[in-house]
Amino acid sequence: MIFRIDRRTGTAVYVQLVQQVRQAIRMGRLTPGDQLPTAREVSEDAGINPNTVLKAYRELEVAGLVEARQGSGTFVREHLAPLPDNLGRLRRELAAWAARARAAGLDVTDMQALVAEVAAGTVPGAGEARRAV
Amino acid sequence: MPFERTEAALDVAGVGHSFGPRRALDDCSFVVPAGAVTALVGRNGAGKSTLLRAAAGLLRPDRGRVRVFGEVAGDASLPAIGYVGQHAPLYPMLTVAQTLALGGRLNPRWDAAYARRLADDAALPSGARVGTLAPGRRARLALVMALAKRPGLLLLDEPLAPLDPVARTEVTGALMAEVAGRGTTVVLSSHVVADIDGVCDRVVVLADGRVRLAADVDQALATHLVAVGAGSEVGALDGTAIVEARAVGRDATALVRSAEPVGSLAWHRPTLEELLLGYLRAPGPEPERKVTLA
Repeated sequence: MIFRIDRRTGTAVYVQLVQQVRQAIRMGRLTPGDQLPTAREVSEDAGINPNTVLKAYRELEVAGLVEARQGSGTFVREHLAPLPDNLGRLRRELAAWAARARAAGLDVTDMQALVAEVAAGTVPGAGEARRAV
Repeated sequence: MPFERTEAALDVAGVGHSFGPRRALDDCSFVVPAGAVTALVGRNGAGKSTLLRAAAGLLRPDRGRVRVFGEVAGDASLPAIGYVGQHAPLYPMLTVAQTLALGGRLNPRWDAAYARRLADDAALPSGARVGTLAPGRRARLALVMALAKRPGLLLLDEPLAPLDPVARTEVTGALMAEVAGRGTTVVLSSHVVADIDGVCDRVVVLADGRVRLAADVDQALATHLVAVGAGSEVGALDGTAIVEARAVGRDATALVRSAEPVGSLAWHRPTLEELLLGYLRAPGPEPERKVTLA
């Protein structure tokens, strides 16, 4: 697992770490039992404060995605919800949709916004930004 | 790797200093816990370098006191400090190898094996004269010299400023490896917010020689919010909580010290950039004041 930190996005570095592990697990690049790099390794490779790495790992642990084993490191948890069998098909459908969206003049950011909005549905309070009542 | 965070590595109390009529530092107080990485943020001329020099014991401030691991900053604290100023005091005629040998003769706690390894990691050719090195390489060498002293407290004045993006990542990597491996306390000055996020645990914002904010980064982000709304609504906010407010046409936005939503305004948690910009732009001397907005 190699982390890619983009310091221009405005997304907090620890959030980027969390997102990349989640993504790797979701896409099957990390499987149950795999060890995450140690905080020290990530610190040196990516120039990140070890506390920031540990903060990201703690958040992943609270979310039930990884477990810290005393003295040996942080591992992807066993018995994660299995990926749906039709992931490949969903992905192909989305690729076809993305091609149509591009043809219709949407760029990547437009598509992401649209997907995020549709996925969020009408659920209020998604993300920590809202209008107080 | 839980770090001991009880002892203060650096304790700055009521420090003031003037250069002739110009007041460079004014009643500065903050504490840097051992093991923390702290960013000293401020605009050019805010007093960052003066403060770092005082912390390094290279400048005796007119007022107040600086303690490093409990010792008054000065000759006694020097062995515990690795200081890299903006103009790294390296001898251009010496080779890299000669420079490292000199470091070994001048510093009682010098770790020669570590110095060689760091120099290799930084791809510093040992036979090259320092004067012929590119600025990025020279900055790496200055950092090697500071790290090989095995200091408890590392003071770096804009360490990343002369570096290209690749060297930046390498240097932060070397620094963070040092922090992860040895729990070294680091104070580094910068005015590039992107260099700070994910690198620093704490931040000290300096403006016009005064400390505007000294806080744990996560805590500061969780106890501030950016309120956005009509100018009249933002103007009606409790002025004492407002760090900085700006109006654009009829809309206004304010950085507010508050963990809870304020009034009926839309709000979001600040990014590190929004937080730091707010404090850097805050009118002095005290951010606590009533603002009037159109």
